[in-house]
Amino acid sequence: MPYVPPTLDGVTVLEALDAARLSEITASETSLRRFLHGLPGVDQVGADARAAMLSTRSIKTTAKKWAIDLAISMIDLTTLEGQDTPGKVRALCSKAQRPDPSDPSVPQVAAVCVYPDLVGVAAKALAGSNIHIASVATGFPSGRTSLEVKLADTRDAIAAGADEVDMVIDRGAFLAGRYGQVFEEIVKIKEACARAGGADGQSAHLKVILETGELATYDNVRRASWLAVLAGADFIKTSTGKVSPAATLPVTLVMLEAVRDFRDATGRQVGVKPAGGIRTSKDAIRYLVVVNETAGEDWLDPDWFRIGASSLLNDLLMQRQRMATGRYGGPDYFTLD
Amino acid sequence: MTDTAKRRGHERAERDPGPARLAVKKTYKLYIGGKFPRSESGRSYEVTDSKGRFLANAAWASRKDARDAVVAARKAYPGWSGTTAYNRGQVLYRVAEVMEGRRAQFIDEVVAGEGISRPRAEKVVDEAIDRWVWYAGWADKLAQVVGSTNPVAGPYFDFSIPEPTGVVAVLAPQKSSLLGLVSVLAPVVVGGNAAVVTSSYERPLPAITLSEVLATSDVPGGVVNILTGRVGDTAPWLAAHMDVNAIDLAGAAGDTEHATELELAAAENLKRVVRAPATEPDWTKQPGLDRITAFLETKTVWHPMGV
Amino acid sequence: MAKFEYAPAPESRAIVDIASSYGLFIDGEFVDPIDGTPFKTVNPASEEVLSEVTAAGPADVDAAVKAARRAYEQVWSRLSGRDRGKYLFRIARIIQERARELAVLESIDNGKPIRESRDVDIPLVAAHFFYYAGWADKLEYAGVGTDPRPHGVAGQVIPWNFPLLMLAWKIAPALATGNTVVLKPAETTPLTALVFADICQQADLPPGVVNIVTGAGETGRALVEHPDVDKVAFTGSTEVGKQIARSVAGTAKKATLELGGKAANIVFDDAPIDQAVEGIVNGIFFNQGHVCCAGSRLLVQESAYDEVLASLKRRLGTLRVGDPLDKNTDIGAINSAEQLARIRALSEVGEAEGAERWSPPCELPDRGFWFPPTVFTGVSQAHRIAREEIFGPVLSVLTFRTPAEAVEKANNTPYGLSAGVWTEKGSRILWMSSRLRAGVVWANTFNRFDPTSPFGGYKESGYGREGGRHGLEAYLR
Repeated sequence: MPYVPPTLDGVTVLEALDAARLSEITASETSLRRFLHGLPGVDQVGADARAAMLSTRSIKTTAKKWAIDLAISMIDLTTLEGQDTPGKVRALCSKAQRPDPSDPSVPQVAAVCVYPDLVGVAAKALAGSNIHIASVATGFPSGRTSLEVKLADTRDAIAAGADEVDMVIDRGAFLAGRYGQVFEEIVKIKEACARAGGADGQSAHLKVILETGELATYDNVRRASWLAVLAGADFIKTSTGKVSPAATLPVTLVMLEAVRDFRDATGRQVGVKPAGGIRTSKDAIRYLVVVNETAGEDWLDPDWFRIGASSLLNDLLMQRQRMATGRYGGPDYFTLD
Repeated sequence: MTDTAKRRGHERAERDPGPARLAVKKTYKLYIGGKFPRSESGRSYEVTDSKGRFLANAAWASRKDARDAVVAARKAYPGWSGTTAYNRGQVLYRVAEVMEGRRAQFIDEVVAGEGISRPRAEKVVDEAIDRWVWYAGWADKLAQVVGSTNPVAGPYFDFSIPEPTGVVAVLAPQKSSLLGLVSVLAPVVVGGNAAVVTSSYERPLPAITLSEVLATSDVPGGVVNILTGRVGDTAPWLAAHMDVNAIDLAGAAGDTEHATELELAAAENLKRVVRAPATEPDWTKQPGLDRITAFLETKTVWHPMGV
Repeated sequence: MAKFEYAPAPESRAIVDIASSYGLFIDGEFVDPIDGTPFKTVNPASEEVLSEVTAAGPADVDAAVKAARRAYEQVWSRLSGRDRGKYLFRIARIIQERARELAVLESIDNGKPIRESRDVDIPLVAAHFFYYAGWADKLEYAGVGTDPRPHGVAGQVIPWNFPLLMLAWKIAPALATGNTVVLKPAETTPLTALVFADICQQADLPPGVVNIVTGAGETGRALVEHPDVDKVAFTGSTEVGKQIARSVAGTAKKATLELGGKAANIVFDDAPIDQAVEGIVNGIFFNQGHVCCAGSRLLVQESAYDEVLASLKRRLGTLRVGDPLDKNTDIGAINSAEQLARIRALSEVGEAEGAERWSPPCELPDRGFWFPPTVFTGVSQAHRIAREEIFGPVLSVLTFRTPAEAVEKANNTPYGLSAGVWTEKGSRILWMSSRLRAGVVWANTFNRFDPTSPFGGYKESGYGREGGRHGLEAYLR
């Protein structure tokens, strides 16, 4: 049965993108370009102003408590350093499962995120838990390797136990207008995410990192978001964390608009993950407000919204404790791993 | 008798020393929409020189003539306000050029109508011609002098530019029949407005000759419309007209009661009003920008600056 | 129930100290009225009586004008521009210092959301004083001649939609140019003007330079018609503006009028849709639509109609209507029972004329004056809701096919205050903005204000400009 886009009071929200129309759009470089450049523009000042207005929302008391726990459960607890070791990753995995050893009511994070060579260590440390194992791949962070190397990188990570892959797009190709190439790479990596011989036959979830700090304009962010979701991304992610600026509120707003519109047009929901630079509870809650008032509450779930972060977790724990005890905490009371 | 008067008063400069040729007399008409109609009322009135001698019959404009003039002005407005400032300046300069060619005629009419000496009339006419030149030059400088870019506290480009008000009714001065007229008309049209002018009642001839100049000097039909006759017959209709955007009451100088009535009528659609002075000013004085800016609106445009 | 339910986040009222009654501020002091009578001002969000203020009578107005005249002749006109400027800088600083108090009080008396009074109104008030303070000793550069002079005593009457901001728009340029003022705040929103009187005292402003007479239309009339007022400045309805234009006819008084509007907000099919939707919302629901330049007529290109309408309706579903002091409130209370009645009446006319009325589901408080954000579709130029200023959160949606048709419809009104244009095509923006007969054109934005930016209308939206260098012209001769 063909997908029927939702209507508001009988008004069709967007052009329906059924399978036939989708394959038409993605058939060639030209058709892709035509589609992406036909998307409505994004006025930077307007988008910034909207994000700034949303960041004035004052989230207090019960709402704040709820939001802090939700934010914790959405974290992809991340370590992506050259100096990462098995010991560091094991500590991270331990923190992921018991963020606050003194308080079992604290939820677990959504996933840990590591380099491919440390996926095995994480898989072992997290065995038996329901925390996801995310691995960056495809020549992270620059993505400047051949497709073959990217595919091998991806297969390695999955073979080692990753059930989520955070790939980077080829920003050079994107900025040069070779949308077809970027599209094909995502499609190929998505194929590689199929778990070879997996009992459940499930693919690893594919998060596509746009590296918005290098795309420079919100128009590009919108086009890259659509390109990624058209190519089959399960999530679109802002940044590697290695480029400044990393995640920003307005960039995330633009990406949320894209997944909102994509679901309206196709019925398929895609998640969003801001990563990098989100360090305080206040920041995290602002993102949740933007999710709530842009894509809507369907995205207020770790399955559909993640936050790539490391130091954020302790700040959330500290805020959580302050709300419980009524006094401000100090860093000595939260574990550093 | 009228022939004699005319010969004496109006065609004194005949150079033919032989037997007097029977002159071809001019019919003075209204100027509406680039055409020279008689008053729809069919009425005219006697125009005499400063000593009371007959000069001509002038058309006696009615309220319907005023109405037609407003329609013509409104029709001409988009084109005139849409021309480039450079072009408007050239057109106004052309008015000066054509006036210069009719200098002698204007001098005769000013002498006859205003009763001033010939040297004085020459000065007045020269000043009137030069005034067009002065205003012509303003056309493409106004926006730079009265416009602005506004440094707003945010990521926006913000600028303000002058734009014409629209259709302006102009009660031309009663005494200074040419220089006064030019001094109130030129500032209205230089900014891109279209004008409906009521001329001096007793001294209409220079206004009518000016309309002939306008008709032959690239001023599009309808941009300037000139009504002769009793100001009291047309001005109240212009002041109350809902499709007139502004009114200059210069011609009601000294008549406080009439000026107040007109201002009251003008309030109905919030016309921009230039009030009547207590007495008619000395028009030979160098004008400022006031009369131009009185008939300009300021438009402010905002646009975000982003990538 | 919503998944993410924002808990109440009320701004504290403790910072505001409202007296049980107020006199008039004349000649630097709060005084009892001579022939004035008391009336009550209420919180429109709760109908709670806030204070009793004075409706100044003719003798009170006369006393205020006399004080202003005295101050003009004996003090203010003799003061150097530099010192006038320094007083204004002082005032600007005190406004910044007391910003929180002023914002809370404005929201309590007016009903507007604290987010707007805090983030828009009060910062702009301070900015306005700061801007004109700097002009006071530079007036020979204002483009009005080498020796610009003040008029004398300015009688100023302001509306209730931006009480303190409109006060700033009036008083700052008047004082900078050397005029003294008698200002009448709106009947329903006198309180921040009375705090401003206190600020004048804190700034040691010489007595009589600023006088505040509270009251309703009769007080305003007495002020405008007072024979010793040299300059009248009014912001409010076109109807009253015309009365004022008549009342100054035949006098030497100068008048500037900033009146009503029925702005078109024009959205082309190549607009940045998400930002255009924000602009539509900001255009008509900012300050409950109590904005003379509100984008109350949405003109959407037919080819984008479905998409824009659907996005708009979805967006309206997220608007938060309620307690003006809650920091998360987007739409507050309607300012008065009278205004509410007018909005209701015109909305009923809209329905009766066949337009389709829609509001997002929203719960309105039991007490106070409330009206939900409302959209009328299927509106044509012939409908009253497309012609008359509603001054409330009610949007009329019309369609157009070509740029020329958009301009024609936008200009087809006796008003000419503002307009909006949304398109990504730069050349079309300039084409449109040169043809729109409106004093302010917002392209790809809406309802932005700045002290440096001249604001005012064409046609029946009034005359004169406020803000920027142009704003000085109204107060100089």
